[in-house]
Amino acid sequence: MKQLVIISGKGGTGKTTITAAIASMTENAIIADCDVDAPNLHLILEPEIIDTSDFYGMEIAQIDSEKCTGCNICIENCNFDAIHTDHSINSCKCEGCGVCEYVCPENAIKMINNPSGSVFNSMTRYGPMVHAELMIGEEASGKLVTAVKEHAASLANENEAELIICDGPPGTGCPVIAAITGADLALIVTEPSLSGIHDLERIIQVTDHFRIPAIVCINKYNINEGNTKQIESSCEENGIMVAGKLPYDTVPNKAMIGKKTIIEYEDNEFSEKLRNIWRKVRSKLCEDQ
Amino acid sequence: MKIAIASGKGGTGKTTVAVNLALSLQDAQLIDCDVEEPNCNLFLNRELDQLTEVSSMIPEIVEENCTYCKKCSDFCRFNAIATIPNKILTFPTLCHSCGGCIMVCPEGAIQEHEIVTGIIRKTSGDDKKSPELYEGLLDIGQTMASPVISELKKNIDPGKTSIIDAPPGTACPVLTTLEDVDYCILVTEPTPFGLHDLKLAVEVVRTLEIPHGIIINRSGSGDNSVEEFCMNENVEILMKIPHDTKIAQLYSEGIPFVQEMGHWKEKFIQLYSSIQDRYSREIET
Repeated sequence: MKQLVIISGKGGTGKTTITAAIASMTENAIIADCDVDAPNLHLILEPEIIDTSDFYGMEIAQIDSEKCTGCNICIENCNFDAIHTDHSINSCKCEGCGVCEYVCPENAIKMINNPSGSVFNSMTRYGPMVHAELMIGEEASGKLVTAVKEHAASLANENEAELIICDGPPGTGCPVIAAITGADLALIVTEPSLSGIHDLERIIQVTDHFRIPAIVCINKYNINEGNTKQIESSCEENGIMVAGKLPYDTVPNKAMIGKKTIIEYEDNEFSEKLRNIWRKVRSKLCEDQ
Repeated sequence: MKIAIASGKGGTGKTTVAVNLALSLQDAQLIDCDVEEPNCNLFLNRELDQLTEVSSMIPEIVEENCTYCKKCSDFCRFNAIATIPNKILTFPTLCHSCGGCIMVCPEGAIQEHEIVTGIIRKTSGDDKKSPELYEGLLDIGQTMASPVISELKKNIDPGKTSIIDAPPGTACPVLTTLEDVDYCILVTEPTPFGLHDLKLAVEVVRTLEIPHGIIINRSGSGDNSVEEFCMNENVEILMKIPHDTKIAQLYSEGIPFVQEMGHWKEKFIQLYSSIQDRYSREIET
């Protein structure tokens, strides 16, 4: 079983649109939406939820005001400024480390479970899908991404699936690192803007750092063909294959509004280009077998 | 006044709005809190000087004192320390720097060791062009964005207008960015994805009780669902930036469009004064 993760360094480059299109070109794959902060894949694939499980992030501290003598030892030892002067807990700042519980001389502090989201096992018209919802302002989105991937892996085993397709989160931080861990290939979607190039360089550093093979797709390539050339030559220098280029087109928005993948929306030049990209990604995925 | 630009997701045009707004104002500060991907300076192209390093303390094991009692690894809730027979391992990128392992070690075998997780930079001293830019940059492979953002925000001058470019999403780094701002502009695009993420972003600013309004970017490229949502939910649409290939091209080249399309400067100035009006009204009520 192989794992493909679609990432981009930044948001809005077309990760989800491409993930959905790939999902509609595969058979026997598990689809996982690892963008738990702002999941969008469900808007196109319209999963029917079969099973929901609660997600608990880090525990958080709770102070028993009857036992608390106001000695402030907890406040002095909290490295996250998470305890207010009235000895209540700022749940956004509490990292759940347990230091306050450890130092409290009155045993007035307990670490309690903190429900911070849900993981859904669902079914779509293209097969099983795992997705999640993080409660607003909750931390541990990296942990939730890991939970989504674990659910996807066990579904893949049950279904004897050949592939897990992960729609990744934007950025280069904790959730992205969680999403690419264990992946066989990262498909990096970029666009030929200065910020696109900048973010591409950063995300390639991340995939290099974690030794995940990468392949690039340039979206909206004709918005700035000079920048597109620059991306192509820097990929060549770094030994990264460009799987293909997609033009700026109204097709992705129209398909999105119609809740369809680009492949389903219409057979046209744009969808043909995507089919070619998928062929290249698939052969790259199979290379190391 | 501190105005944050947020959006729930990436790629909607936060940085575009932040840069063009800051360039339209006199003497503004631009604070780039998207520390994973700071992009504002791609459009300003200024010389930046390093101001500070952001560091955190991670454990360093003094192996000759360690008895492999496991107390530290049992205590660590972040799996940053593992004890196996006669061997102890630390995983610095998982460490949240709570200091608990040092407290629980009965042998004094753990020392704190400082590592750099990011840097804060600002436009260099002799660069008097408006606006003054501050950015945070998280080191590759590091997971903790919030400490870099908190350090960056210490540079906000309460006597100036600060335009704060927020990271995408609705998780902790966004909350750290939005904490104590006066007003939040939410940038969205008129598509189902844009609407979905806008709803999350509105929930965040409502929870934090921050006055807010919407800018629709690439207006005309999608459907009317965002406008319908704003009408039903009584959320003000502050501005629409049309879907325009000229703007997209300037963006791709890293040119702020107010520089080439002068009439937009006026629009951003008007936007700012209407936000000021609204803010002072909200403060009164």
